Amino acid sequence: MTEVLVPDRSAHATQRPAHRRERDAAAAPLLSVRGLSVGFRRNGVVRPVVHDLSFDLPAGHCVAIVGESGSGKSVTARALVGLAGEGAVLSAERLTLGDVDLTAVPERRWRAIRGRRVGFILQDALVSLDPLRPVGREIEEALRLHGWGSRPERHRKVLDLLDSVGVPDPGLRARQRPGELSGGLRQRALIASALALDPELILADEPTTALDVTVQAQVLELLGQRKRQGASVVLISHDLSVVAHLADSVLVMKGGHIVESGPADEVLRNPRHEYTRRLLKAVPGAATRGRRLSPDAPPSVPSSAARSAERFAGLDGPVLEARNLVKRFRAPDGSRSTAVDGVSFRLERGTTLGIVGESGSGKSTTARIALALESPDAGEVTLLGQPWSAVPESRRRALRGRISVVYQDPLSSFDPRWNTERILLDAVSAEYYPDARARRGRVLELLEQVGLGEEVLPRFPLTLSGGQRQRVAIARALASSPSVLVLDEAVSALDVSVQAQILDLLVVLQRELGLSYLFISHDLGVIHHLSDTVLVMKDGVVVERGDAVRILTAPEHPYTRQLVRSLRTLEQS
Amino acid sequence: MTILDRRPRFARTAPGGGTPTRRGPRRSPRPAPDLVAAVLVLVFFAVALAAPSALAPRDPFALDLVNALRPPSAEHWFGTDESGRDLYTRIVHGARQSLLIGVGATVLSLAIALVLGSLAALAGRFVAGTVNRVVEVLFAFPTLLLALLLVAVLGPSAWTQVVAVGVGTAPGYARMIRGQILSARNSGYVEAAVALGHPRGWILRTHVLPNAIRPLVAVFALSVGQSIVWASSLSFLGLGVAPPAPEWGALLDAGKIYVTQAWWLTVLPGLVIVLLALATTTIGKHIQSALEKGEK
Repeated sequence: MTEVLVPDRSAHATQRPAHRRERDAAAAPLLSVRGLSVGFRRNGVVRPVVHDLSFDLPAGHCVAIVGESGSGKSVTARALVGLAGEGAVLSAERLTLGDVDLTAVPERRWRAIRGRRVGFILQDALVSLDPLRPVGREIEEALRLHGWGSRPERHRKVLDLLDSVGVPDPGLRARQRPGELSGGLRQRALIASALALDPELILADEPTTALDVTVQAQVLELLGQRKRQGASVVLISHDLSVVAHLADSVLVMKGGHIVESGPADEVLRNPRHEYTRRLLKAVPGAATRGRRLSPDAPPSVPSSAARSAERFAGLDGPVLEARNLVKRFRAPDGSRSTAVDGVSFRLERGTTLGIVGESGSGKSTTARIALALESPDAGEVTLLGQPWSAVPESRRRALRGRISVVYQDPLSSFDPRWNTERILLDAVSAEYYPDARARRGRVLELLEQVGLGEEVLPRFPLTLSGGQRQRVAIARALASSPSVLVLDEAVSALDVSVQAQILDLLVVLQRELGLSYLFISHDLGVIHHLSDTVLVMKDGVVVERGDAVRILTAPEHPYTRQLVRSLRTLEQS
Repeated sequence: MTILDRRPRFARTAPGGGTPTRRGPRRSPRPAPDLVAAVLVLVFFAVALAAPSALAPRDPFALDLVNALRPPSAEHWFGTDESGRDLYTRIVHGARQSLLIGVGATVLSLAIALVLGSLAALAGRFVAGTVNRVVEVLFAFPTLLLALLLVAVLGPSAWTQVVAVGVGTAPGYARMIRGQILSARNSGYVEAAVALGHPRGWILRTHVLPNAIRPLVAVFALSVGQSIVWASSLSFLGLGVAPPAPEWGALLDAGKIYVTQAWWLTVLPGLVIVLLALATTTIGKHIQSALEKGEK
């Protein structure tokens, strides 16, 4: 339950006699927030997370709340619909939706407001939808709870809604459960249920973060359409291109405070606050190639020159080469699907090969085959000119140190019982460093390379920040002095400014250590920033390959064009 | 600028109380009171196990037919049974048998489960498949039925009880351990270790088994309480230790014919079983949440 603190509640109610409401509503904004503060009570002490937030949202407008994790943007959105959570303490001078004073709404009346007047779209459709219920039933339930229409009317409305959010074949999809739908369809079904009763206010908390770019563009288009029809939108996002697409005005939040606010054009083109400027500069893309993204200088990398030279002795040609890889998986229903179909690539020394594609395109399977964690059904991978995928694991082990990997979620790749020191010591090869003191020295050298201090050694990854964790993961990957680093969505889960620091670090490491990167991402901007050559994958097949600049400026394949176009519309709007 | 601190919480200042203020989860440095109580109960039973005479100096077998079926009083705290034996003394002296059966059955059960679970998760296809089918068949029998079958085969005694309860509860734990090992084996950190070039056996020893077995600490504590209840059920059915021995389930069994005249003969031993099971379960729950907190 949320505690609501309103000092002048009674005064407020008497200020607005019924006969004046109509006129006020015409002039007044739909949502008006004055001095909103939210805190969480812990051990009897209130820890504030949102400070003195004020804004007005007129009907048919979109306000975007922008900030990184921990900025308080999600708490703000939840507080607006009375869902700030257990132990939340909320206070506001004014918090009104139309003529309703939201600070005075008892829990039972909230149910009539949520869904009907306010539609709430959450980030992850898979956890927000009941896994056992067909999505059509879920949407119909929203209508039924608010007493909308008769059963056949509701059924027709559900199909209309699904159709309007761009779900193909709504009759079939309505009967399917969330697990049977793709991520994009699920998110659209969730949006359909949030929009079922034509709410005046739509709260969208990272509505497109989990989606592929092409689907993202569709979802944004859908929200834009609702906005044009008169709905107001509160958009919570860390993604500035999404914000640029939809928002009329922008609030930039940092540490629970608004640091900058204003019309979207102005804030995004001429940011006044230092923090906003940093955020905007940190976004990778076509224009940022060869430029540092973060104002924080990356660490100077002590070069382990001796081993670098040794690594490349007598090798001439690609460090990693894949020829006609094929991988099939058996689906639960017994049918076989082809995840990777005839993929070939060459990764030249000291360069970056970007593989871009949407979820299910086979890019991660390709990475796993390159790492020999998965065997291809056909085709072959060679590492440093030696057979790699075709030999048994016992023979691969000697070469394992030459290729290493950084995952999207570093936390799950660390044994939860181990602290940072043990993780890194374990990764430092006993072959090169037989003596315990030398091993420890190497660990310290690795920390220096990734810009971490000695103080993280006794800490468990759980207690480190997302950026620190990813640095530890990179240090572990560097421990065996590899030639090839496979980066599987390695920066996708990070906040934009942390992502900028990690990308800068990767650039420096590549230059100083002569590393080759196999960089896998769904984010064209990141791929564009870092890659020399690019592979575009769709449904397990490479649809286009070539020089990064050429592909992203003059794409040939229709699919690549579609990808690039959705990126551009985000950049230009 | 924060306004949070200056304003009264109206839910608290509202006259007449109204609805109570609900708070967020409280993290006090002191241990939770239920944990303290549970530990005290366990300490009491541990003393009863090691030195029952320290808590109950009388003879648990001393007959006193004049004072038969006396209700609880200052002299006989828990009353007396049909032969005038002091029930409190018998319960304290029965603790050793009941606790040893509970702990013994749990150790046996987890040992069996560990072997079967590891085989089912890690052995080759044929062995793993066979073990899985056997565990599934055993799992299909209700625990008590499985235990009854074993008692029927081996004849009733304290050791039979240990074996019966241990084997009866093992299939469930075997499935759990198998699941734990499989999820640890498919985890990101095992894949990372493969990518680092560590050998398979080393990964199994250093990553898979420790992470799979860790949650068992909590299961062990939970399981002791359950095993005592199972063992008492067997004794109650007359399939445990022989009648004059003061085992708790046997006490319940002996008291059941007098349930209309002497409620204490069934209610008090029953409460003691509940109390012990509750104490071990509480401790197990706390261990579990402490472990989970460490993981998240």
